[in-house]
Amino acid sequence: MIELANLSAHFGDAAALRDVTLTIQRGDQLGIVGESGSGKTLLALCLMGMASDSAHLTGRLSIDGRDMARASERDWQQLRSRRVAMVFQEPMAALNPLRRVGDTVMEPMLLHEGLSRGEARKRALSLFEEVGIPNPDQRLRQFPHEMSGGQRQRVLIALALACNPALLIADEPTTALDANVALRITDLLQRLAREREMALVFISHDLAAVARATDDIVVMYAGDMVERGPTAEVLNAPAHPYTKGLLGARPDPGVAVRDVKGKRRRLPTIPGAVPPLHALPQGCRFSGRCPVELPCCAAQRPVFSQTDQARGAACHLLTERRDD
Amino acid sequence: MAYFLFRRTLGFVLTLLAVSVVVFAVMNVLPGDPALTILGMDASDDALAALREQLGLNAPLVTRYFSWVWNALQGDFGLSHSFRVPVSELIAERLPMTISLAVAGMLVTLVLALSLGITAAAQHRRAGDWGVMFLSQLGIAVPAFWLSILLVMLFAVKLRWLPPGGFAGWSDPVAAIRSLILPTVALALVQSAVLARVTRSSALEVMRQDFVRTARASGLSQRRVLWRHVLPNALVPIVTIVGMQFAALVTGTIVIENVFYLPGLGRLIFQSIANRDLPTVQALVMLFAAIVVTANFVVDLLYVVIDPRLKART
Repeated sequence: MIELANLSAHFGDAAALRDVTLTIQRGDQLGIVGESGSGKTLLALCLMGMASDSAHLTGRLSIDGRDMARASERDWQQLRSRRVAMVFQEPMAALNPLRRVGDTVMEPMLLHEGLSRGEARKRALSLFEEVGIPNPDQRLRQFPHEMSGGQRQRVLIALALACNPALLIADEPTTALDANVALRITDLLQRLAREREMALVFISHDLAAVARATDDIVVMYAGDMVERGPTAEVLNAPAHPYTKGLLGARPDPGVAVRDVKGKRRRLPTIPGAVPPLHALPQGCRFSGRCPVELPCCAAQRPVFSQTDQARGAACHLLTERRDD
Repeated sequence: MAYFLFRRTLGFVLTLLAVSVVVFAVMNVLPGDPALTILGMDASDDALAALREQLGLNAPLVTRYFSWVWNALQGDFGLSHSFRVPVSELIAERLPMTISLAVAGMLVTLVLALSLGITAAAQHRRAGDWGVMFLSQLGIAVPAFWLSILLVMLFAVKLRWLPPGGFAGWSDPVAAIRSLILPTVALALVQSAVLARVTRSSALEVMRQDFVRTARASGLSQRRVLWRHVLPNALVPIVTIVGMQFAALVTGTIVIENVFYLPGLGRLIFQSIANRDLPTVQALVMLFAAIVVTANFVVDLLYVVIDPRLKART
């Protein structure tokens, strides 16, 4: 349904996204993880045709067999909401504060499908029920400021589903919510994708949420796809040092907060931060922060190679080992 | 909400009261004897004294103030010294002219400024934006009276498309509209230049917000996103300026009506000052002040209509 082949996005000379290759089929539940600045949001915006005007896209981005990498804004308007839809990270700011949420949710139905107001209202009501908003009749008439963060995120999900999209992209849908609500939203997205046989792209830096909601995972670093595979396998046995680092930086409830001497254990972290676009290393973009760097890493870009039938990673260590 | 309305209404009434005190005080402290103005320099002392008595000028200032306010509330602003008719009649005769001009000016300003401002914001840092910014800079720099003269020279004298001035009333609507076009344009261009800038910057501010991205992600056209989502959210600063501009338009008619020989309040106040027609000037200054205060009051109420969040907070 959606096919990316060597999709890259350049801002001037700097590549913010490099050679992303993946396919998304109906019913797929795909997680995209990485630190801030890894290009995961940019990738999502590319799928919506909403990357900024200054981003120059190359490669192939095909939706329903049509190459959209260089499509016009008008062509994209035809696809948004009807084929691809997106839920953004900040439910507090993502709804028009001057409109009743019912009007916001009904707007795409009225415009794209030519429903009458009555029909649209009926669909909005059933969507509100589907996403778990109690008293939908009353809620439709409320303004965003009259709702909690979790409720607003549900409204945004209902809005995204308004025209039955084939792909739903959720960009850090739970970051701004408290843990309990976040969990329920994650489960809701997963359930909706399953019931509607819709593809779900779930973007997060919360590995636990991704593990919960997705079947497959893509790990991004500085615009590169560094690892890909079935979620459970990748998280259990990460192949790329960056994935290992991400997993290490996660608090493990099984490990005591204090060690034997009573000192506070420090969470292992990946040293440094994602370098800015203009200061990326020549070769592997993770070189410099990588704990197991080889001499060739800084100069030579590792190729993304299949390690298993469904798995792959871009790391010199993997190819080196095979050469032996 | 009820408390908010009560507070604003109270403020509105108190402001008008304060304005009336100031207007009255200034008018009556100014040098110049109305009796002398009416009767002329060679009037006898007896005649002057009699007229002063008749006009109530001998009563204490406070008494005169209250009787002025009391009569004004009943629509009686006294007799015009120079026209020898009740001031209220003069006003009733000329108010439609000035209101037509101010309202037409406001409408043209809104249409021009909102479309130019939104276009500039949508074209941010591209040709359309630069064009609008250049024109508005020009509009701000040019004084209204000079622009009026240029417009008359071009469209009335040279091209002869429109009358150079005068207004014969609404009995012939086509003629009325034709004679209103130039003054309206002259009034509106300067105001639109200011308002277009405000609209542009306010819209740019709103376009950075997340809900605009949500609207785009719903597949809405750029046009719809701009006019239905961005503009309403950009309205609060725009309405603030519009309120001030409406006041400026009403007072701006003083200059414009004189340039175009339009029989409105602006022309009347100009003539009355020249004639030292105290009751008329006093009534007109009060009226202009009241229009300004009312415009601000309406703006305050509009905020609540625009933004439902304010209703919850007030």
